[in-house]
Amino acid sequence: MSTPTIPRRSWTQRYHVKGIGWTVLLLVLLVASAQMTGVNVGMFFSNLGQFTNLLVRMSNPAWDYTAVIIQPLLETIQMAILGTTIGAAFAIPFAVLSASNLIHNRWLRGLTRLFLDLVRTLPDLLLAAIFVAIFGIGSTAGVITLAIFSFGMVSKLFYEVIETIDMGPLEALESVGATKITIIWYAVLPQILNQFVSYFLYTLEINVRASTVLGYLGAGGIGVFLQRSLNEFNYNQTAVIILATLVVVLVIDGVSNHLRRVLL
Amino acid sequence: MQTTITTPSQRHSLWQRWGWLLWVLIIGIIYFWTINGLKFTGFQESASAVSKSILHGLVHPTWSYVYDGSGEDLVSLILQTLAIAFLGTIVSALISVPFAFWAARGPKEHYFLRSGSGKIVLTLIRTFPEIVLAIMFIKAVGPGSYAGVLAVSVHSVGMLGKLFGEAIENMDRGSEEAITSAGGRSSQVFALATIPTIMPEFLSYTLYRFEIAVRSASILGMVGAGGIGTPMIFAIQTRDWSKVGIILLGIVVMVLLIDSLSEQLRKRLI
Amino acid sequence: MEQATPIISFKGVNKVYNNGTVGLKDISFDIPRGQFLVVVGLSGAGKSTLLRTINRMHEITSGEITVEDEAIGDYKGKALRLLRRKIGMIFQGFNLINRSSVEKNVLSGRVSYYATWKTILGLFSKADKEKAVHALERVNLVEKLYTRADELSGGQQQRVAIARTLMQDPKIILADEPVASLDPLTTKTVMDTLKRLNQEDGITVIVNLHSVALAREYADRIIGLRAGQLVYDQPIAKVTVDDLDQIYQAEGEKA
Repeated sequence: MSTPTIPRRSWTQRYHVKGIGWTVLLLVLLVASAQMTGVNVGMFFSNLGQFTNLLVRMSNPAWDYTAVIIQPLLETIQMAILGTTIGAAFAIPFAVLSASNLIHNRWLRGLTRLFLDLVRTLPDLLLAAIFVAIFGIGSTAGVITLAIFSFGMVSKLFYEVIETIDMGPLEALESVGATKITIIWYAVLPQILNQFVSYFLYTLEINVRASTVLGYLGAGGIGVFLQRSLNEFNYNQTAVIILATLVVVLVIDGVSNHLRRVLL
Repeated sequence: MQTTITTPSQRHSLWQRWGWLLWVLIIGIIYFWTINGLKFTGFQESASAVSKSILHGLVHPTWSYVYDGSGEDLVSLILQTLAIAFLGTIVSALISVPFAFWAARGPKEHYFLRSGSGKIVLTLIRTFPEIVLAIMFIKAVGPGSYAGVLAVSVHSVGMLGKLFGEAIENMDRGSEEAITSAGGRSSQVFALATIPTIMPEFLSYTLYRFEIAVRSASILGMVGAGGIGTPMIFAIQTRDWSKVGIILLGIVVMVLLIDSLSEQLRKRLI
Repeated sequence: MEQATPIISFKGVNKVYNNGTVGLKDISFDIPRGQFLVVVGLSGAGKSTLLRTINRMHEITSGEITVEDEAIGDYKGKALRLLRRKIGMIFQGFNLINRSSVEKNVLSGRVSYYATWKTILGLFSKADKEKAVHALERVNLVEKLYTRADELSGGQQQRVAIARTLMQDPKIILADEPVASLDPLTTKTVMDTLKRLNQEDGITVIVNLHSVALAREYADRIIGLRAGQLVYDQPIAKVTVDDLDQIYQAEGEKA
């Protein structure tokens, strides 16, 4: 049996240039990052005592504190509901303007999407800090933060839904000369309503999580008490707040998940 | 035939006709409760003045802050922010792998005790606020970006572990079957079939999580855990709006760049 | 040929799934060494289960299967891996490692000869790398040695899978619907390759097919399954079209 002709490999393939290149890049980035952030594994373990001490103090929750935080927890949920509603309301026109199947003007669509991309780059706590400076300490700053935060998120989710609709009914109405508003009301809305509500609930879940820490910067809700307990080193109170938050988040997630399953 | 059609519709007619009213009532009550419960005390007269000076600051950013070689300038701190996000994401990706196998339901598993408990633990980690973690780590290693890295490393496990676990549950088990039938040990099946099959998805999710980590690393500094957040909160508190403007600009550019870079890489992976 | 010592033997084999579904019911037959056996039947008739009981990818509930005169039911650990080594398997979905090169895929057929750490590091011997080239030569795919597996067509992928099983030096090849996801032309190449290995190397080949025409073209012997029972068993010379139609039709009438 003769030796078959084995195909030639380029030298990049033979010496695994790609794999080695990526590995080296990863290692360089890791080392550079570790240096830049001053990571020191030893220090973490030598100070582990303080960390465990903190955990021990947290593991004895001050249960009587529960009564104090019920009202701010409810306020947190209210902030999330209102913020999400305002954000979603503003998101609808922007979602329509970004949907390629409804708006054929590329410039208008591109500008709208660029604006939405910009809004989405801003982290929630950063917005909260700015709005606390504008509106002062309180839930107003929180509601507006959540409104902007959910506006960025919902508008993207919404226009992606709009782009998947069946164009048949739309074209039918267009052919009889219906106005854009009529078309959206009768041909678009019925197709997307359920998914809109589903995404609204999903955003609400995320906002409930986000709203629990906004108060740390003074934007109302349970976060205010979180910051207070941490500053006063009352870690047994911190523990109660975290546990209560957990319960609220899980309940909201559960209700929302159930409703979303019913809807879709 | 006709009676069987009309009977159920008659029985349901009450609910069908008035059911929406119940929903309207429930939603109405929720919103009434919401709007009544919140106190809109914030509208102070200074609001419009402050907004104006913020806008003025955003339009006139402190360009000199971009780079001054001190190591405390915008570029240095943006790089530090990226370093926190990068290191934190890599570490959390490594920690997430065992968690993912814990939380993923096996193909022939009938009892969900193992995977169910894993899923609960991951939910707990996910719900634990990241800034509280950062504050706790600051107690352990002092303020600075090291605490930020630790916070990102731990918090990201909640989401990455969940995503990795779902990837494992949905993976194609064909190549595993092939290696088993060729007489491979289970460790060989894992190394030769499971890992190569699942790796691209793991990498893609890790990149996605990195995008999120960049956003959180840029705010962790607000509680003292390093990165661009520290000068940001300081500039806000001292009403130095021109500096806030340049930092905001820096964050926006950084996030946009990272998002598009990550998206390109993820497209090539799958 | 009929009188030769069987390489595989089924004795009263039953398989009941955990949910109570009957997979195989009282199956008894022998497969002589070097036979090209085709198993036909509707999907869900138990063909795939039957095949996988031979290399213990599926466990049986009762009865006995022997391979080369040894009962395989109690094999564990190393004995089981050695059994699987001498039985190659080919799948409907090819089951290659998609993002790896053809070479790596073919070499993976050799896992049972290596320690785990060597497989992880890809430390295959020079002799095995040459063996991989020869295996690919037999399926006419040497030129794809360094190509990524998922860049190949379906028929080529299935031939890579055949080359992979050749690395095991198999005495038996089990093929589970090997051509179900291929077009007619590539189907012929894959079936021809299996037939050639059967004739040139004397490998016993057991193939599940749902195409009666293919079965008649390639088989030495055809057996038919219906609802987990062996309902038909004839050497190819005695197989008629009517017989085969009945295996399928009877099922249809019952349903």
